[in-house]
Amino acid sequence: MERDNMITEKDGHIAYLILEDGTVYRGKGFGVQGTTMGEVVFTTGMTGYQETLTDPSYYGQIVTQTFPLIGNYGLNDNDSESEKSWVKGYIVREWCEEPSNFRSKYTLDEFLKNQNIIGIYDIDTRALTKKIREHGVMNGAITTELPGSMDAFLTELKEYTILDAVKSVSCTENTFYPAAKEDFHVVLYDYGYKANILRSLLQRGCSVTVVPYNATMQEILEIKPNGIMLSNGPGDPAENTESIKILSELMDSGVPIFGICLGHQLLALANGAEREKLKYGHRGANQPVADKPRDRVFITSQNHGYAVVGDTLDPKIGFVSHSNVNDGSCEGITYANGRAFTVQFHPEACSGPLDTEYLFDQFIQMMQQHK
Amino acid sequence: MPLNKEIKKVLVIGSGPIVIGQAAEFDYAGTQVCRTLKDDGIEVVLVNSNPATIMTDKTMADKVYIEPLTLPVLKKIIKLEMPDSILPTMGGQTALTLSMQLAKSGFLDEQNVRLLGATPETIDKAEDRQLFKDMLESIGEPVIPSKVVTDMEDAVAFAEELGYPVIVRPAYTLGGTGGGMAATKKQLLKIGENGLRLSPIHQILVEKSVAGWKEIEFEIIRDSKNNTITVCSMENVDPVGVHTGDSIVVAPAVTLSDKEYQMLRTASINIIQALGVEGGCNCQFALHPDSFEYAVIEVNPRVSRSSALASKATGYPIAKVASKIAIGYTLDEIINTVTGKTYACFEPALDYIVVKFPKWPFDKFVYAKRTLGTQMKATGEVMAIGTSFEQAMMKAVRCIELNLDTLNLKKLREKETHLIEEYLHHCDDERIFVVYEALKRGISIDTIFKITKIDRWFLHKLNNLVHMEYALMEGTLTQEKYKKAKKMGFLDKTIIALSGQEPLEKIYPVYKMVDTCAAEFAAETPYFYSTFDEENEAKEFMKQHDTGKKKVIVFGSGPIRIGQGIEFDYCSVHCVTALKEAGYEAIIVNNNPETVSTDFDISDRLYFEPLTPEDVDGVIHTENPWGVVVQFGGQTAIKLTKYLKKKGVRILGTSADSIDAAEDRERFDKLLEHCNIPRPNGRMAYTTVEAVKEAHKVGYPVLLRPSYVLGGQNMIIAYTKSDVIEYMDIITQTELENPVLIDKYLMGTEVEVDAVCDGDDFLIPGIMEHIERAGVHSGDSISIYPPQTLTQEIRDTIVEYTGRLAKELKVSGLVNIQYVIYEEEVYVIEVNPRSSRTVPYISKVTNVPIVDLATKVALGAKLKDLGYGTGVCPEGDYVAVKVPVFSFPKLHDADNHLGPEMKSTGEVLGIDHNLETALYKGLIAAGYEMHKVGDCVLITVKDSDKPEAVPLAKKFIEFGYKIWATKGTAEYLREHGVPALIVNKHDEPSPNTSDLFDTGEVDFVVSTSAIGRKPAVQSVQMRRKAIERNIACLTSIDTANALANSLLMRKTLEDFNMVDIVTI
Repeated sequence: MERDNMITEKDGHIAYLILEDGTVYRGKGFGVQGTTMGEVVFTTGMTGYQETLTDPSYYGQIVTQTFPLIGNYGLNDNDSESEKSWVKGYIVREWCEEPSNFRSKYTLDEFLKNQNIIGIYDIDTRALTKKIREHGVMNGAITTELPGSMDAFLTELKEYTILDAVKSVSCTENTFYPAAKEDFHVVLYDYGYKANILRSLLQRGCSVTVVPYNATMQEILEIKPNGIMLSNGPGDPAENTESIKILSELMDSGVPIFGICLGHQLLALANGAEREKLKYGHRGANQPVADKPRDRVFITSQNHGYAVVGDTLDPKIGFVSHSNVNDGSCEGITYANGRAFTVQFHPEACSGPLDTEYLFDQFIQMMQQHK
Repeated sequence: MPLNKEIKKVLVIGSGPIVIGQAAEFDYAGTQVCRTLKDDGIEVVLVNSNPATIMTDKTMADKVYIEPLTLPVLKKIIKLEMPDSILPTMGGQTALTLSMQLAKSGFLDEQNVRLLGATPETIDKAEDRQLFKDMLESIGEPVIPSKVVTDMEDAVAFAEELGYPVIVRPAYTLGGTGGGMAATKKQLLKIGENGLRLSPIHQILVEKSVAGWKEIEFEIIRDSKNNTITVCSMENVDPVGVHTGDSIVVAPAVTLSDKEYQMLRTASINIIQALGVEGGCNCQFALHPDSFEYAVIEVNPRVSRSSALASKATGYPIAKVASKIAIGYTLDEIINTVTGKTYACFEPALDYIVVKFPKWPFDKFVYAKRTLGTQMKATGEVMAIGTSFEQAMMKAVRCIELNLDTLNLKKLREKETHLIEEYLHHCDDERIFVVYEALKRGISIDTIFKITKIDRWFLHKLNNLVHMEYALMEGTLTQEKYKKAKKMGFLDKTIIALSGQEPLEKIYPVYKMVDTCAAEFAAETPYFYSTFDEENEAKEFMKQHDTGKKKVIVFGSGPIRIGQGIEFDYCSVHCVTALKEAGYEAIIVNNNPETVSTDFDISDRLYFEPLTPEDVDGVIHTENPWGVVVQFGGQTAIKLTKYLKKKGVRILGTSADSIDAAEDRERFDKLLEHCNIPRPNGRMAYTTVEAVKEAHKVGYPVLLRPSYVLGGQNMIIAYTKSDVIEYMDIITQTELENPVLIDKYLMGTEVEVDAVCDGDDFLIPGIMEHIERAGVHSGDSISIYPPQTLTQEIRDTIVEYTGRLAKELKVSGLVNIQYVIYEEEVYVIEVNPRSSRTVPYISKVTNVPIVDLATKVALGAKLKDLGYGTGVCPEGDYVAVKVPVFSFPKLHDADNHLGPEMKSTGEVLGIDHNLETALYKGLIAAGYEMHKVGDCVLITVKDSDKPEAVPLAKKFIEFGYKIWATKGTAEYLREHGVPALIVNKHDEPSPNTSDLFDTGEVDFVVSTSAIGRKPAVQSVQMRRKAIERNIACLTSIDTANALANSLLMRKTLEDFNMVDIVTI
C-alpha cells in the first residue's frame, strides 16, 4: 500500500483553467493554491523555462509551455533574468519531480511555491495552444475551485487588463554597475530589463547605470552616457505615453540609442510610427528574422504581443532593417540620424539562440564613432 | 540566391547495399533528393547497386543505373552521361568517399563536373582526423585529446601519456568499423593493429576516453549565404562509449539547461560555418555531466542516419531542404511544406518527445558478442512519439518486436538480485531491461547511475514506470489510475494482466499532429502520433479534408532487420501509390524513421505507431477504414491478421484463413495433398527421443525447425543423430508449445517465384533460380533471373504448381513460393501469401509493376483486364543476378557460414545481357575483389564437399593462385591431382591458418563445415579471423564455383556496358 501512496501522493489537487470564452480545462494544481487571472499566452521554447519565468516581459500573463516536459533540469540561482518571477500563472503538461542537472537546486514546484505562483499541469497544452492561435490571446484564470456563478466569473475575467505594466516592473532608483575595465558608460532604461542585457553590456566594457522607466532627459544627460540602452518590457507600448515623450526628446540628444523589444516599440512610437496587436504574439526561441542590410537570416528569441507597423514609419526618419521571415512583421528599425537602431527580438537571448549577439557589438561601434 | 541555372544534369550516388551502419535512411534521403531535383527541372542520373530501394525505381530519375558503386563504374557513367554536377552528400559514407576519390584524382575537373553541397576541402576537414582537429582548434572548439598515428609504437606511447582507457578510431571506415575502447596495452595492440589494417589510409586516432559523458547531437543546415539553423537536438540515453547507432536516443535533449543547450548549439553552428558545408551536417558532442566542459566527438558533413531520425522526429524534411540548397536556393527561399506558409529557415519546436530504439540482430546471431561499444551493431531502428518519456519509451519497446509490452524481460525475472546488479556492468543490447529489473529490485538510482552513467533523469522516468506497475498490481483499478497508466503508455492488455481487473470505461487514444512548430501555425501535415488526451486532431483533419473516398490502411514492416529489410518498405510505398491512383485514401501505420513510407507526403495520412493489435486498434477506431492491407508489410503486418479478423475488419486481398492455411503445418500439408503437389518428406516431434526416431525415419540429412517461426529462425540442417540431439537439447530448454518440424533435406536446385493471383488467373513476372543449392536461405543465395539451367518441362511444372497452389489457397494479391528441384522432380518447400524480398528487383527487371497489380487485384480487379497478361511473362533481354551482402565484420563471434538461417543484411544487383557479366557485376557490387591481389586461396571443406572441391581448386590454379588447404582437404586434393600446400588448422600449432592470413597473401577462403555457430568451434574461429583480415569467405561450394568462373573470364568493369534500367 505504501507504493500505491507514492503514486497518489505525487498527484496534485484538482485545478481548472478557465478561459474568457468559457472553455474549462481540468488539470491538477502545483505551485501554490488559489485563484489567479491573467492574459494566457504560449511560448514554444523547449529549454529556458527559468528564464521565461523570470522575464519581466511576462508581467500580467499566464504562460503556457508548449513543450510537454518542463522542469527537467531544475532551477538554479544563476539563470534568472530578474529578481523574481512576474508571471501570473504557469501552465505545463507535465512537471519534472526529479530534475537532473549538476546546477539544479529547486524543482519547478518548489520554485513556484517560493515565488507564490499558481500553476496547473496535466492538461492538453496543445489543444490550449491551438485555441489561443485560432482565437487570439485570451484572458484566463487558474483556480482550484470552480466559481459559483460562471457568468459573473467570466465577466470579471473579460474585464481583466494589464495596467501600469512597465511601472510595476521597473526600478525606482538608479543603480550603477561598473565594468571590469570601463570603455563606455551606458544608461539602461529599465522597462523590465532582462539581466542578460546588463551582462552583455558589462562583458563588452560598458559600465551601466540602470535608470527607472520615467527618468527624464535631463537626468540622463547629467550622467553623460556614451549610449542609451532601451530594455524589453511588458504590456502595450502605446500606454507608455510618458516614456514615449522622453524618448522623442532623447532622439535629438545625439546620444547613440539601442533598443530591444518594448524599447524598440517605444522609440518607434516616439518617432511617429504606430503599433498593432498581434493575434497571438511571437514567443519562442525559433523565430527567423531577416537582417536586410546583412542579407542574412538569423534565428532569434522572441517574446512580444505587439509589433510596430513598419510602413507607418516616415522613411525620412528610419527604415525597417529587420523583418520576420514567417509573417513579414517589423523586427528592427535603423534610424536615419545614424545614432539609433532597435530590434523587436532578443539579441541577449536567455533563453534562446545567441546568433544575434553581434548587435551589442554594433552598439559598441556606434558609441565608439560618437565618443 | 535562387536556383543555379548552370546546374542542368546531376549525378546522384546512392549508398549501395544495406549493411550495418548504412541502411534505409539513404533510400529515404535519395528518394527525397531525386524528387526535389526533378521538381526543379533538373535531369537526374542515379547510380545505386541496391535494387530493393525506391530511389532506383524507373520513375525516380531520368536515368537509373543499378551498377556497382566503384570508381571505374562511376567514371564510365560520368563519361557516358556527362552530368555537370555530382551530389555526394546523400548516399552516406559510400557516396562521399567515392566522390572524394573522383575529385582528388582530378577526374571531375577533367570532365568539368562540380561537387554540390560540399567541396573536397570541406569533406577533408570533417573526415581527416588531423585536419578535423586543426579546424576545431582554429575556431576554438574543444577537442578530445588525441593523436593520429600510423604505427603501433606511436599509439602505445601516446596512450601511456594519456592513461588508459583510450579509444581507437580508424580513419575513413564506415560506422566506426575496427574501432574500440582499450583499457590495457594488450587490448590497444589488438584493436589498434586491426584498425590500422581496416583504414584505407592506414591511419588511426588514439584519443582520451570520455566514456560516461553525456552524448548530445545536433542536426544543422547551412546555405550559401551562411544562414544556419539547427533542426533538432538529440540526447543519447546511453552515454558516450556506445555508438550513437546503438544508443537509445531521445529528441529533443532533455537534461540540458538553456545555457548548456545554447553553448552546444552555437558550437555546432560555428563548426558547420567553418567547414563551409552547404546542406545538412551532424555534430556529436560529449558533455561532462557535472560541468560545462564539452568536446566535439564527430562531425558528418552529409545527411546521415541521425538526420533521417531528426527529420522524422521534427517533421522537417532535411534531405529535401539540403538538396534545394545544393542547387542554389537559400533557406529563406524554401517554403516549409509542413505549414505551407512559413519558410525552411526556422528551427522546429517540438511539443512531444521522441524515443529512438535500435533493432539488433542478436536473435539471429545467438552466439555473436552482444557487447555494445564504438562499433555499431544494430541493423535498424524504430522511433516512438509520445507526450511523456514514459509513454514514448513504452511504445518504442513495442515497436522493436521483441514480443514485449513493458520493459520486463522474462529471463531476468528469475535471476538473483546480486546477478542483476552485476549485469548492470555489461553494456549490451539488453542493458535497458537490466536497468528496469534493477529498479524493480529496489537497487538505488544512484547505484545504477554510478555503474551505467545513464543520466538520473532517465532512471527516474523508468522508475515511474516501475511504480506504475506496482500501483496497478495493488488496490482497485480506478478510472483515474487507469487513465494515468494509459498516459504512461501501458496497454489495456498489460493493465488488465497486472491489476486483474477490467477498466471501468475503456479509453481510446487521440492523435496529435507532428507539425514542426508546436501548434504555433496551422499545419497541413497528415502526420500523427497517439496519446491520451481530449482533442483528436486526426479526426479534425479528416473532417476538414473529407474527400468522400474509401479509406484503406496499409500496415508497414517496422524496423529493418535481417530477413525483413527495405524491400517491404518498397512494397508498402508502392501499395500506397497504387491505392491513391485507384481513387482511395491510403493511410500508413509504421514506426521506422529511416524509411520512405514514413515520409509525411507519401500517404494521405501517416500514423507513427507500434504495430501491435492494440496500437493498431486505436488507429482503426479513429479512422474507421473501409479496408486494410497486410500483405506488403512483411511478417510484422501479417501477424496482425488474427486480430483484424476477430475485429471484423475487411482485409483486402488474401484472407486471414488463407494466410493461416499457409502457415499452419497440418493444414498446409493437407492442401498440398489435395493439390497433388509433392513436398519433402516431413514429420513432427516434441522431444529429443521422438526427434531422433523421426529423423531416422525421414533419413539424414534433415532440416530441423520450430514450427512457429518463419524466416529460417533457429533452423539447422542435421547430418547425424548427434546434431539432432544437440539441437533438441537447446530448443527444449524452454517448454515447447509447438512441435519441431523435421523435414527431409533435399540438396537440389532452389527456385523461387513471385506471383500475382486474382482467384482465377495468375501472373508470374519471372522465375528465379538460385546458385546455391537448397539449404542456404533464399535471402542469402545468389538469385538469377531468368533461370539458366531449368528444362522447359520443369519450368512448366513450376508455373502449373504455382497456379494450382494460388487457386487452392485463394490468393488474392501476392504470393511467394519456393521450390526445390531434386532429381528432376519439383517439390514445394514454402508458400508465403505475401510480398517478398525479391519483388522490387523482379519488378525492375521485368517491367511488371507487381505491387501495383497485386493492390489492384486485392481491390477486386482482374488480371486479364490489367494489361500485363496472365500466366508467365516472356523473358526479357537481360539477365539479373541478385547477390547478398553481409555485415559480418561488425558482428563479433557471429559465424558467417551460410545455412538455412538468413544472415545477409542487404543485396546488390548485377544486370547485363548474359549471365557471366551480370554475375561478375553482382559480385563486384557485393564487394568481392575480382582480380588477384595476394597469391593464394585457402580451401578447407567438409568431407561431403571434397569431391567438388577438386574442380574448384583447379579453377583457382588456372587463374594463377596457389592452393593452401588443411590436412584432410589437402590430402584429398593431392590424391586427385591438385597440388595443395598443407596448413595447420586454426587450433593447431603455428604456423597455422591464422599465420597464413597474417601474410596478407590469401585472397579467398573456401570453408564449409558440418557444424558451426558456436564461437569456440575452430572452423568458426578461422572464418572470423578471415573476416577480421578482410578476406572474402565463401562457405558454399556453389558460390565459390560461380566466383571462380567469373574470375576466369579475366575481365574488368571497363569491358562491360552500363545498363540504364529505364530503357529495359
